[in-house]
Amino acid sequence: MAENEIIVEDPTAPAGDSPAVTSTRNADIAVSVLLLAFAGLMAFDNWRTGMGWAPDGPKAGYFPFYLSVILGAASLYGLVKCLRDRSGASGTFVTRDQLRRVMQVFVPTCLFCLFTQWLGLYVASFILVAGFMRMIGRIAWWKSLLTSFVFTISMFVTFQVAFDVIMPKGPLEALFGY
Amino acid sequence: MEALGLLLHGFEVLLTFKILSLMMVGLVLGIFVGVLPGLGGPNGVAILLPLTFTMDPTSAIVMLSCIYWGALFGGAITSILFNIPGEAWSVATTFDGYPMAQQGRAAEALTAAFTSSFIGSLVAVLLITFLAPGIASFALRFGPPEFFSVYLLTFCSFVGLGREDKHKTLISMSLGLLLAGIGMDTVSAQLRMTFGWEELFRGINFLVAVIGLFGISEILLTMEERLALRGHAARISLRVVWKVWKEMPRYWATLARSSFIGCWLGITPGGAIAASFMGYNVAKRFAKDKESFGKGRIEGVFAPETAAHASGTAALLPMLALGIPGSGTAAILLGGLMVWGLNPGPLLFVEHKDFVWGLIASMYLGNIVGLVIVLSTVPIFASVLRVPFSAIAPMIVVSCAVGAYAIQNAMFDIWLMLGFGVVGYAFKKIAIPLAPFTLALVLGNRAEDSFRLSMIGAGGDMRVFWSNSLVGTITTLALVLLFWPLIGGAIGRMRSAFVKTTA
Repeated sequence: MAENEIIVEDPTAPAGDSPAVTSTRNADIAVSVLLLAFAGLMAFDNWRTGMGWAPDGPKAGYFPFYLSVILGAASLYGLVKCLRDRSGASGTFVTRDQLRRVMQVFVPTCLFCLFTQWLGLYVASFILVAGFMRMIGRIAWWKSLLTSFVFTISMFVTFQVAFDVIMPKGPLEALFGY
Repeated sequence: MEALGLLLHGFEVLLTFKILSLMMVGLVLGIFVGVLPGLGGPNGVAILLPLTFTMDPTSAIVMLSCIYWGALFGGAITSILFNIPGEAWSVATTFDGYPMAQQGRAAEALTAAFTSSFIGSLVAVLLITFLAPGIASFALRFGPPEFFSVYLLTFCSFVGLGREDKHKTLISMSLGLLLAGIGMDTVSAQLRMTFGWEELFRGINFLVAVIGLFGISEILLTMEERLALRGHAARISLRVVWKVWKEMPRYWATLARSSFIGCWLGITPGGAIAASFMGYNVAKRFAKDKESFGKGRIEGVFAPETAAHASGTAALLPMLALGIPGSGTAAILLGGLMVWGLNPGPLLFVEHKDFVWGLIASMYLGNIVGLVIVLSTVPIFASVLRVPFSAIAPMIVVSCAVGAYAIQNAMFDIWLMLGFGVVGYAFKKIAIPLAPFTLALVLGNRAEDSFRLSMIGAGGDMRVFWSNSLVGTITTLALVLLFWPLIGGAIGRMRSAFVKTTA
């Protein structure tokens, strides 16, 4: 059966016994508090816009005001339910290893967005793909650069040339007259 | 039969070289999307949507819906060969599909999965062909109160019938409706909830939110897991296909039950995921030897795949006929309709015959072509998984950014997408469902408009929602569904009390 198998390794996989950073219960509480605050803010703004009735029907703030009330009530219910649950049976929200891996994607993604603003999408995507493959995937430099180059060029051809979808562009594209 | 004539016209629209090739491209892209971890049906459709912006609506919807069919087919490949469901709706397929692969019957399992998917969606398409025009012409008589009551019914059935915690469904839905309201109010042209922030004036775009919620958050979630995999390679020969097809008629009852479950759950906002589990469980309950399930029984592949595909397809029925999507992916297709300048709703059947019937015809053709493609190219798609995730992840991120930016040509949208990615990640981990959020975000403005138009028409009298038997029935049904958990519980208690007193 050996030649019939497909095997892919994951050298930097998170360990199964990594300690928990926080529990699902804590995350639940944090999200509920944030949602409650958001609902309060929205309710206030809609109250300011006008949440009552004008002669010709409900004012602009009427519908969203009551939605923020529903949102607030539901989050409050969730918050109280979590706080009263002291069984301690809730699972792990994220372990330390998992958080490290998530950050390994999240931080480059943020940097990519930042670079897009300055250098244009295509240059930023070249940097992201090559950098990610090299740093996180531990793939050889030449493979990373080549893959990234082919990917970026094919994106450019697909969107800019074939489908006429305009992307943010930077100094490099300007050099080539696009 | 008027529908048949119109369907033939739809095939005429379809049979041009351009549309047929777009169809193939869509199917292949869709299978990729289904196979790759970290990409699913909804986000695949959302990310690839910008490709269609410059197309005419018919080509665009044909390509997008083919991406969707492809993703449905592709999900089965990884479940059977690697025991990794590429999609949530293929989880039930792994129960018997993977054991079959371990016994060296991978080709059989794959053939069974693809064929039953095909049958499931065929049943649903037939349903759409003959039912949707009737529903649409009935809905043409709807005024704002009727439409609002239908929207209300959709929202309430999510809360009342969903499996998640009720308050979490409610949070997800009200947040979606709230975010949909940000920006310029369509009735009074007043700005609201923008806090003077200029980028928010035109509102939060639905598709940007979806790309973040499903695309970016899925990448974050996938990275948490161990991505090493070990699975079987498979090649499907004609002999195996023939063998499975010969066996199939014996399981007609399972196929029929699963198709029915799928169609039902697809039309009501339940979704393919619930359908696949239910299809599997029902098949198990009706079987004589329940123990053989989970050990590589071909029926255990037939049942969930038929149901998942039937429901995935049937979810398009309410979207076409009423403008109300039955699933997350249907909601994104609905968002697409608006981008292409079409107004979703029953008028679609009158004003855009080419579009509607072209789409319905493409469902028939797309599924046949899709079946042939997956049966013949499984080895290629299975080896896609050899590509390391560290190469795929950044490419998906770039595609998401392209998609988000292309919608309104705004850099702000890329940041918004990132924000929604974080929200989606957190929500998924604490089990706040995302489907109601998606639905609320796409329907929010229209639900509010229909509410306010009814209020203006009735002079602020809430009784307008019970003003005739039609709207009254729908509104009452909506409220019953909303409080169904309470009502169901009360009936149960009454019944047990009754049993006690009579015993």
